Amino acid sequence: MTGAEPVQTVLRLSNITKRFGSLTANDAVSFHLDRGEVVALLGENGAGKTTLMNILFGQYTADEGEVELFGQTLPPGNPRAALDAGVGMVHQHFTLAGNLTVWENIVLGAQPLAAMSLRPGEVKARIRDLSARFHLKVDPDARVGRLTVGERQRVEILKALYRDARILILDEPTAVLTPQETDALFSTLREAIGMGLSIIFISHKLHEVMAISDRVLVLRHGKLVAERPTAETNREELAALMVGAEVTMPEITPSTPGAPRLSLRAVSTEGEGDKPGLDAVTMDLCAGQITGLAGVSGNGQAALSDLLSGLRAPISGDMTVAGEPISGWTPRTAIGHGIARIPEDRHHTGTIADFTLAENAILETYGSDFSRRGWMDWARVRSHAEELIATYDIRCPGPDVRIRLLSGGNMQKLILGRVLEWGPEIILANQPVRGLDIGAVNYVHGRLAEARDAGAAVLLISEDLDEIMRLSDVIHVISEGRLSPPFARGTMKPEDLGAWMAGHGFEEAAHAS
Amino acid sequence: MELLEILLSASFWAAAIRIASPLIFATMGELICERAGVLNLGIEGIMVAGAFAGWIAVWAGLPLWGGVAVALLTGMAFGLVHSILSVPFGLSQHVVGVGITLLATSLTFYTYRVVLPEVSSPPKIEAFQAFEIPILSQIPIVGPAFFAQTPLTYAAFVVVIVTALVLYRTPLGLAVRAAGENPSAVAAQGLSVTAIRMGAVIVGSGLMAVGGAFLTMSAFDSFFFDMVNGRGWICIALVVFGAWKPGKALLGAILFAAFDAFQIRLQQTPVGAVVPYQVFLMMPYFLSILALVAMSRRAEVPAALMVPFNKGER
Repeated sequence: MTGAEPVQTVLRLSNITKRFGSLTANDAVSFHLDRGEVVALLGENGAGKTTLMNILFGQYTADEGEVELFGQTLPPGNPRAALDAGVGMVHQHFTLAGNLTVWENIVLGAQPLAAMSLRPGEVKARIRDLSARFHLKVDPDARVGRLTVGERQRVEILKALYRDARILILDEPTAVLTPQETDALFSTLREAIGMGLSIIFISHKLHEVMAISDRVLVLRHGKLVAERPTAETNREELAALMVGAEVTMPEITPSTPGAPRLSLRAVSTEGEGDKPGLDAVTMDLCAGQITGLAGVSGNGQAALSDLLSGLRAPISGDMTVAGEPISGWTPRTAIGHGIARIPEDRHHTGTIADFTLAENAILETYGSDFSRRGWMDWARVRSHAEELIATYDIRCPGPDVRIRLLSGGNMQKLILGRVLEWGPEIILANQPVRGLDIGAVNYVHGRLAEARDAGAAVLLISEDLDEIMRLSDVIHVISEGRLSPPFARGTMKPEDLGAWMAGHGFEEAAHAS
Repeated sequence: MELLEILLSASFWAAAIRIASPLIFATMGELICERAGVLNLGIEGIMVAGAFAGWIAVWAGLPLWGGVAVALLTGMAFGLVHSILSVPFGLSQHVVGVGITLLATSLTFYTYRVVLPEVSSPPKIEAFQAFEIPILSQIPIVGPAFFAQTPLTYAAFVVVIVTALVLYRTPLGLAVRAAGENPSAVAAQGLSVTAIRMGAVIVGSGLMAVGGAFLTMSAFDSFFFDMVNGRGWICIALVVFGAWKPGKALLGAILFAAFDAFQIRLQQTPVGAVVPYQVFLMMPYFLSILALVAMSRRAEVPAALMVPFNKGER
């Protein structure tokens, strides 16, 4: 911005209050956004960020307060009002239709429904123009289902720009990107700011907030608890503000690994649909070691996790557990070999939503430990659940609560307890902290490190590179089903791993071996 | 030799197109519903209701096209009921659809008895007559097959063209397709998924009813209780066969109808004298299943088909 121009406030929220029953999701929240400014909205899950944006977009009507856009009061409860006034939102879960092309997705809703023609030529020309101006490379005729996650995000941003958005709201935009893609996103955002757009950046990743924003707003339990110019704060302060207490991350000390518990030698598996299988993967999971698996989602993580949990058998290569080649590989034999799983999707494959906590706690062990002569021993099931609740600090009304009523963090604590309780030799942790708040994240990480120190071999699959780098003693990168060589703790920078994540280096590694 | 003779005869193809016509209407109706994300199993009952409504309206004195309009509106009314239950209420589309079929069928029979309490055989109406399109109908084989049909058959082909144009060339069609792929994408644009889906179900149901009306007003000239006879279910299969694309679905409808016309003729050949006629009746269904297996393996189902959309849920 040139100094001569007066600062112009483009968006002002005044005293927004929204209640759901007894819960106050937003409590008198006020803030403003200036032209050419990036404001970061920081807060844990449930802090009220999404509710606030839904009010801005007319999905909810605020109980009190008002929204002012470019000096005009926004009519409440009208989803089109904010869009028409020039606010574009890039949702965390992309709102794209995979079966449609890029240009169809972009133009959806941008033309009056009564129009007689889509005018594809015009639309595509405008998209090409925008993608050149903002360096958002994407083919308008490509089908969205075939694009990478990074490309899909570009489509989302183009969608907003196509509507002449002057304010961009990005909800957790980097959650699924490689470090390189994140850098590219940030330079696009800087370009947009240079052209006079304003940005609200919603995130819980502190270093990104520090890197991109001019000002940080911290939401906690629906209240705006702090506002800081980015230049005058630091990650530690922001983390404390976000949680409301000093945050102590669990200390992860380097470990001395033991013997390999599970070994793969040139193992390949079949893919599923457009998801790749494993391509001659070689790795060792050693006792007392956390092995991190980095990679962009959909590059074979599911294949590896299916293989280890017994859902899929190798089509070639050798797989040994505890030194023995596997035979008749099923989930049952996997559990028999001491492999415990923290599934990727705790709602769908991790738990049964309408079963009670006690029932969910014994899903893997009901047959052996909790039945006598074929009859369930419910008294033991209950006391076992009560033990887990106490040991793993699961906040809930009791063992009979239906699991769907638990928060993500408490659900994950239950799964963790269920897994760690029987002292597994190998732990397969697939996205163990996705969607959890900092307290729960630290708890899960601490417990995994404890399990490692007790001698378990841990495989940590995550899309969050920070998490991988902090926890892992050794890191592999997976790309299109191929696995990189192992990298020891501290030997790789995020950019180096990012290059592997983007698929570089595998050919050379294959030649070298 | 006789087979070839059948395949080359104009009357065979004329019959195939005639048999295909009701299927074309109803298949387009189902396709529109499914493209918006709603499986409409009410199709069978809505066809029965449409067959009755159009016919009874003409019997009561309306002109033929007036009867078609009455059938259309009847179908849209059942579509409205279906869409209220399946879209804003988000009830199971299977249960709603079967319910609508039972409701529409029984309501039709009830109304029939109320309107015609005394008759033993249903009255006849003056049905649509074949209209020969000048010049085009003079082309050998193709002319009598395609261009000497009733106006309602021509309308069926127009419906296919309009459906394809609207779905692929207009913003409205894009919104309908997106509602069946990812409704949140539609909602994020401030468009109402509820309105789009309800609209698609209502329009689609109207077309199904016109398909039914073809039977009483063009193919025959009277109404019988079992005349729809599973055609609705065939249309649901045809949508899958056509991979949710209007052009392919049209081909599927003609193919199925051709099997049907073929087996009727085959019954009259020496082969028909030996083989029980039930085998011939079975043939179109059997061949349809084979074609379905072969064609629909790679079909891309609308991703949000049968998934109710609730605003605010993720």
